[in-house]
Amino acid sequence: MKGKAIISGIGETEYSRNSGLSDKALQLQAIQRAIADAGLKPQDIDGFIPSAVAPNLYYEDLVENFGIPDLKYTATLHYGGASGTGGLHSATMAVASGVARHVVVMAGRNGVTGSGNISRNLAVTPPKAILDQASRQFEAPFGALVPMQFYGLIARRHMHMYGTTSRQLGAVAVTMRSHAMLNPKALMKKPITLDDHQNSKLLADPFRLLDCCIESDGAAAYVVSAADVARDLPKKAVHVLGIAEGHPPSPYSIATRNDLMVTGATQAGPRAFKMAGLKAQELRAAFLYDPFTFMVIFQLEVLGIIPWGEAAAFVESGGIGLKGKLPVNTHGGLHSQAHSMSGINHLCEAVKQLRGEAGPAQLAQAAPCIVTGFGDFGDSAVALLGT
Amino acid sequence: MNDLLPLKPLPEPNDLTRPFWEACRRHELRIQRCLSCGRLIHYPKIICPYDHGTEFDWVRVSGRGTVYSFVGAYRAFHPGFQPDLPYTIAIVELEEGPHMMTNVMLPPAEVEIGMKVEVAFEDINEQISLPKFRPAGAP
Repeated sequence: MKGKAIISGIGETEYSRNSGLSDKALQLQAIQRAIADAGLKPQDIDGFIPSAVAPNLYYEDLVENFGIPDLKYTATLHYGGASGTGGLHSATMAVASGVARHVVVMAGRNGVTGSGNISRNLAVTPPKAILDQASRQFEAPFGALVPMQFYGLIARRHMHMYGTTSRQLGAVAVTMRSHAMLNPKALMKKPITLDDHQNSKLLADPFRLLDCCIESDGAAAYVVSAADVARDLPKKAVHVLGIAEGHPPSPYSIATRNDLMVTGATQAGPRAFKMAGLKAQELRAAFLYDPFTFMVIFQLEVLGIIPWGEAAAFVESGGIGLKGKLPVNTHGGLHSQAHSMSGINHLCEAVKQLRGEAGPAQLAQAAPCIVTGFGDFGDSAVALLGT
Repeated sequence: MNDLLPLKPLPEPNDLTRPFWEACRRHELRIQRCLSCGRLIHYPKIICPYDHGTEFDWVRVSGRGTVYSFVGAYRAFHPGFQPDLPYTIAIVELEEGPHMMTNVMLPPAEVEIGMKVEVAFEDINEQISLPKFRPAGAP
C-alpha cells in the first residue's frame, strides 16, 4: 500500500459550542469543504467512510445531497475516536486496490446541544443501552460510567508503575493550551498555568477538569486519492507513508484487560512504522489523540517514540512544545481546539503543517509526522505522513 | 433508601450472566469456567476465548484479591451516585486470576494499588447483590 495513496483535501466546519446546526448539516459542510480543497467536484467522489461517531449521516445522505453518480465503496467504522484516522486505513486500501479513486472520510456531530453529549445523555436517560452490553452490566452498577473514569484507571496504573504525577499531566494541558492560543480555529483561548491545572476541580482522580478534552460542535473530513492524481492537485499532496489499525485484547472492557499498558497501538504502531520504513525517532511532529492529558504521555511510550516511564519527564521539560524536540498537537488538540470529529482535526492539522499552512504554529520541518486515533478505550489507528 | 433519589443503574441478568448474579444474591462470588480447558472467564462469554469451548460451569472463588488500579469518583455522571461521592471505582485482580470492575468500600484517598481486599456483598433489592470489596481482614 505504500506510495499508493495521498491525502488530497481537508475540510473543517467552524468549531463552536452553539453552531445551531444539525449533525447532518455540519457533516455535509465539512465534506463539501474537503472536496473543494482537493480541487475535485462532488461527482468525482466514489468512496465514503463515515465514522460511527458521525451520528445520523449515512452514505445515502452523501449520494442524495451531492448527486454522486457512482459510489463504488462505503463502510462505516465503529471504533470511536480511532475511526477518524482509521478511515485512512480503509481508504488507502480502497484506492490502492483500484476499487475507488477518491474516498471521503468524515466524522463530526453537534456535540454540545445535539446527539453527542455523553454526560447529559447518561444523566437524563437510564443507561439501558449500556446495560444491554454484557460487559457494561458489570461496570455501570459500580458507577463506572464515562470515559474519564475508564481512562483514569489506565492513568492511575501508569502513575503506580512509573511515578507519573498530576503536575506532569498538567504540563500536557498547559502545552496544549499554549498551542491553541495561536490557532484561530481553537475554542479555548484563555491561557492556563500549572497552578490553574492543579487547582481545577478533581473529577475522576487522577483526572482534574483541565486534564479533560472539551466537547464541541463541529465536523471534519478529508479526501484520500490514488497517488497518481498528485500532480493535478491544486495543493501540495500529502503522502501516506504508513498506516495501520490495531485492536486491543478485551476491546469492550478495560477492566478485564489483564495488562492495561497494552492497547491497539501496541500492535498498530510497529505495523505502520514497518510499512513506512521509518523509525519513531525520525518523527518531526506528532498529532496524538488526546481525550485526556495522560493519553499524550501514554501514546508516546506505547508507540516507542519515548522509552517507557520517560515521556512524562519529556513533556515536563518542554519536549512537546513548538520549540521542543517533538512538537505535539500544534493546533491545541482535543484538549483545547475541539472534540467531536473523531480526531480528524488532528489529521487536518498534520496536513496543514506538511503543506506549510499552519499559520503562527507552523513548524520549520513537519515531515515525517505521526497522526493517531484512539477510541473505545483501546482501539487505535496510526498514520505516518510525509510530503 | 431515599425514594426521592434517582435509582442507580442495576444489572439486568440475562441467560449469559444470570448464574453470576444469582450466586451474588447468595453472597457467593462465582466465575464462569470452561469445562474443556478449565480456565476462568470474566466477563461471561458464549465461547471460551482460550480454547473455544462452549460448555461451562460456575466455580466459587475465594473472594480475595488485590487492587490492580482505581479511580476516585468525585463527580457523579448519573444522579443515582451523587450521595456516594467520593467513591472508589477499582479493578480488582482476583487471587484466581481474572480482573473485575468493582468498588472498594473506602474513600479514594485511602486506597492503594496492591492493597489486599476481599469481597463484601451489598444487597440492593430482592434480586441483586453487588460484589464490592473491602480491605482484607477488616472487622
